[in-house]
Amino acid sequence: MFVINCPYCGQREQSEFKAGGEAHIVRPKQPTELSDDQWAEYLFMRKNIKGIQFERWVHSHGCRKWFNMVRDTSNDEIKAIYKMGEKPPVK
Amino acid sequence: MKNKYSIISLIKNSFTYHENWQKAWGDPEPKKEYDIVIIGGGGHGLATAYYLAKKHNVKNIAVLEKGWIGGGNTGRNTTIIRSNYLWDASAGLYDHALKIWEKLSQELNYNVMFSQRGVMNLAHNLQDVRDLKRRTHANRLNGIDSVYLNTQQVKKFCPIINTSPDIRYPVLGGTLQRRAGTARHDAVAWGYARGADEMGVDIIQNCEVKGIKRSGDSVDGVETTKGFIKTKKIGVVAAGHSSVIANMAGLKLPLESKPLQALVSEPVKPIIDTVVMSNAVHAYVSQSDKGELVIGAGTDDYVSYSQKGSHEIVEGTLNAILELYPIFSRMRMLRQWGGIVDICPDASPIISKTPIKGLYFNCGWGTGGFKATPGSGDLFAHTIANDEPHKLNAAFNLNRFISGDLVDEHGAAAVAH
Repeated sequence: MFVINCPYCGQREQSEFKAGGEAHIVRPKQPTELSDDQWAEYLFMRKNIKGIQFERWVHSHGCRKWFNMVRDTSNDEIKAIYKMGEKPPVK
Repeated sequence: MKNKYSIISLIKNSFTYHENWQKAWGDPEPKKEYDIVIIGGGGHGLATAYYLAKKHNVKNIAVLEKGWIGGGNTGRNTTIIRSNYLWDASAGLYDHALKIWEKLSQELNYNVMFSQRGVMNLAHNLQDVRDLKRRTHANRLNGIDSVYLNTQQVKKFCPIINTSPDIRYPVLGGTLQRRAGTARHDAVAWGYARGADEMGVDIIQNCEVKGIKRSGDSVDGVETTKGFIKTKKIGVVAAGHSSVIANMAGLKLPLESKPLQALVSEPVKPIIDTVVMSNAVHAYVSQSDKGELVIGAGTDDYVSYSQKGSHEIVEGTLNAILELYPIFSRMRMLRQWGGIVDICPDASPIISKTPIKGLYFNCGWGTGGFKATPGSGDLFAHTIANDEPHKLNAAFNLNRFISGDLVDEHGAAAVAH
């Protein structure tokens, strides 16, 4: 359990949020042209990193807005939070 | 040669104050090269090594474990064993394991305390009733013992359940698999370790894998904290850390690793003689032989390797437990812990070859791997030895995420994720 600093509402308990998985996976522009391999890569394959991971969260029991987070998955320490559409911070 | 455990050896050793028991497994230094290296010394990994040596006659095997054997998810699960899964492929897989469980203590000469006390799955709404009835029929068509019980029959089988229609999620019925039950989790790891060690398998503890060496598209060996080990075949059975090992080999898996929590109460006299699971309200409970209530909570929804989960997950589970079992209202909880489970999008495991020659994965068991330990080891050993899956694990290949032939077992997995 940890505290998340929502970019719209400020600090709230993690239980107000839902995790949305790995961030910056772009939906293919021409889905009909993808091979089955490419679809599988987009739909299912995940880095599932132990360490610094970029991911999406939503403040589901608050403002209901999505945002991005950089978090160390080995100890749940949040490194950075940035809004959707913004460039991820460089390490 | 290992001494056989028996009542006679027990009496004999009592004369020497139990100080002369033979070591159950050795503590070897790694050799330079092995025919097969298994990464992960949990139940599944040790079972894999055991069946590779026993059924496929492979002599030169190492099991590498970063901590101590059985110290990962094998020692963290709630020890429930059942095979009442929906699809034919899953029924074949889990019932294969259950059949091995039924003879395992005798086979290993090690008491794994397998207790067929039955597992009951409860229905709390109309859709639960329909789903569970459908699953009961599917189970029976696959030769798996499963019966549907109405509310009165649930109450009769487990009298402490609150079946009042006034509770928030009343018990509308349930299924019962009588052959299902529990086993002692540590004993499973220790029994397989002892059996594998006797057949010459090197069990190397405190040896963490740091890298996978490849030449082209085949494997050459593993870099470990105890040096480089050459091998042509690697079987990865690393549960929550499967993706970490896969990334070392330049491979991506369809897995997410998440914390799953469990807790036990203070020990009390026998009060519940079966396992009761409730998917909808997320509460499941059984009682260990020591008398502790063993309670399984759910997974958190974010990726984490921290072995810590959120408090509200535990709170939600205990709320449901208290409503279903008011008798537990003054029980105190003794310990709570988390393990990291590797979850597949279809809640079914992967026991498969990979695009890299000589690299095999047994992962994705998510929240329910313990029950499959013997079958998983047996089938993974077959897959590694023959470089081809057994017919029982053919459906559980990595390719299903490309072909779309998924084995969706979210309903039968019983832990929401």
